[in-house]
Amino acid sequence: MTEIHAAMAGSVWKIIAEKGKTIKSGEDIAILESMKMEIPISSTTDGILKEWKVAEGDFVDDGDVIAVIE
Amino acid sequence: MQTHKAEKSSSHQARIKEGGEEKYHQKNTAKGKLFVRDRLKELFDDDMELEDGLFANCLDHTLPADGVVTGIGRIHGNTVCVMANDSTVKAGSWGAKTVEKIVRIQETAAKLNVPMLYLVDSAGARITDQVEMFPGRRGAGRIFHNQIKLSGRVPQICLLFGPSAAGGAYIPAFCDIVVMVAGNASMYLGSPRMAEKVIGEKVTLEEMGGAAMHCTVSGCGDVLADSEKEAIEFARDYLRYFPENYQGQPPKTEALPPKTSEKTIGQLIPENQNAPFDMYELIDHIIDEDSFCEIKRLFATELITGFARMDGEVIGIIANQPKSKGGVLFPDSADKAAKFIQLCDAFHIPLLFLADIPGFMIGTKVERAGIIRHGAKMLAAMSEATVPKISVVIRKAYGAGLYAMAGPAFEPDCTLALPSAQIAVMGPEAAVNAVYANKIAELPEDERLSFIRDKQEEYKKNIDIYRLASEMVVDAVIEPDRLRRELITRFAFYRSKRLQFTERKHGVYPV
Repeated sequence: MTEIHAAMAGSVWKIIAEKGKTIKSGEDIAILESMKMEIPISSTTDGILKEWKVAEGDFVDDGDVIAVIE
Repeated sequence: MQTHKAEKSSSHQARIKEGGEEKYHQKNTAKGKLFVRDRLKELFDDDMELEDGLFANCLDHTLPADGVVTGIGRIHGNTVCVMANDSTVKAGSWGAKTVEKIVRIQETAAKLNVPMLYLVDSAGARITDQVEMFPGRRGAGRIFHNQIKLSGRVPQICLLFGPSAAGGAYIPAFCDIVVMVAGNASMYLGSPRMAEKVIGEKVTLEEMGGAAMHCTVSGCGDVLADSEKEAIEFARDYLRYFPENYQGQPPKTEALPPKTSEKTIGQLIPENQNAPFDMYELIDHIIDEDSFCEIKRLFATELITGFARMDGEVIGIIANQPKSKGGVLFPDSADKAAKFIQLCDAFHIPLLFLADIPGFMIGTKVERAGIIRHGAKMLAAMSEATVPKISVVIRKAYGAGLYAMAGPAFEPDCTLALPSAQIAVMGPEAAVNAVYANKIAELPEDERLSFIRDKQEEYKKNIDIYRLASEMVVDAVIEPDRLRRELITRFAFYRSKRLQFTERKHGVYPV
């Protein structure tokens, strides 16, 4: 089980990958909006997206868990 | 009698050159570590040509060369001084003679005005020798004092092959660059055992002071190498970008065309100012192929720093990376920039700033981390750099981001802009929100969007790059495909630049 973390503080703009989807390492799963920039969040591992810990519009801080990949 | 003495000397030498006991050699081999003298063979063009202090502590057979090899050799034909710990001798620990040998070779590097390399693999101070090696005038503190004196005079490189513990950890800290071998290199003030005893923390060496941690988190390491040979190869390659000392100029090599690419620079940069793109691809377009020597690739990745060649001439690149954290500057990236700029400026390496920056990060976390003083450090280093410096606004330069990336007020030799560039206190979305927040709130909901859009368009016109060119904020607007040629021409003209920043003893640095 691997936790995917926010790289910086910002709000969750778009969730790209649905729960249950098979994800490859390096694949973008969500996009944060921070400092008016789009910040893609990519998976650090291959696996199945088990759980979203955030919803679109949520504020996340640097290091917060965004999703869990199994 | 003479013959007997000569024989004795040569058998002494042979014994000393074998280093410590066989079991320690085997232990090192199992970890993928080379014997110190084999490292030196790899490092120099033709082995180390001159050695001093081989007989240090020779009456004690357990301390060959007192655990450190010091001498002189050549890299790419240029003279280089070196100290290299021998971890087969008391784990490379520092005794009185070890320290004296290191101090002496540093003094030699200073006298000859040549680079000083530190091949570190040492457990730290030899407690049994502490009175002789620790507190005095020529104790270990003198090593660091010498490093600080040598800094900016000659290149200083640390290759970290094993531990660099306690006080010894300051050797890498005072070098221009630290190459760490993954899995074996470590830096720490107190060992995990000591941490557990003194503060109750349970932690592994790798977590607390391993090479991967230092190259990605603390920033104490600049380059993470997979093997000792790779680390040595990096050091040899790195020196190709440097003069022997601050009085020389970086060596020119044969000019090469840039890497061929399917996309043009114009195609690389997204229309949408807020969408990420990969700055490495843009760098490939403007530098000679395969000439990029990156520093701190794994640390604070929102900013790229590295040496490269354009038309065979060395430059230092500081580039925002929109693909990582939007290219926003953080305390660590500001720190990374400050040291890199100082390094280039010390050795006459011209600076190229490639700006695509939304600004410095905001929020509680970074304010608590002191982003203002770290940012100020970057600005100070950039401002003080008197080498040729060119700033190119690739896409956007907002707020203090413009200043940090060698904005017009900081005396770059020129400020260039691509047609896609936007320069402003803040971007259109943020600006409209800041100025009209109350007004927007008062408007009926169905009118808000069009009002915001109109105001944003108005704002964009106001900061249009040709307007800024007309006001002479930028010196030229360059078509993306002409960027490399333009930079080569300008750097060639700026090469004769000689400038003293200001008259004083030294500034008070905002560290």
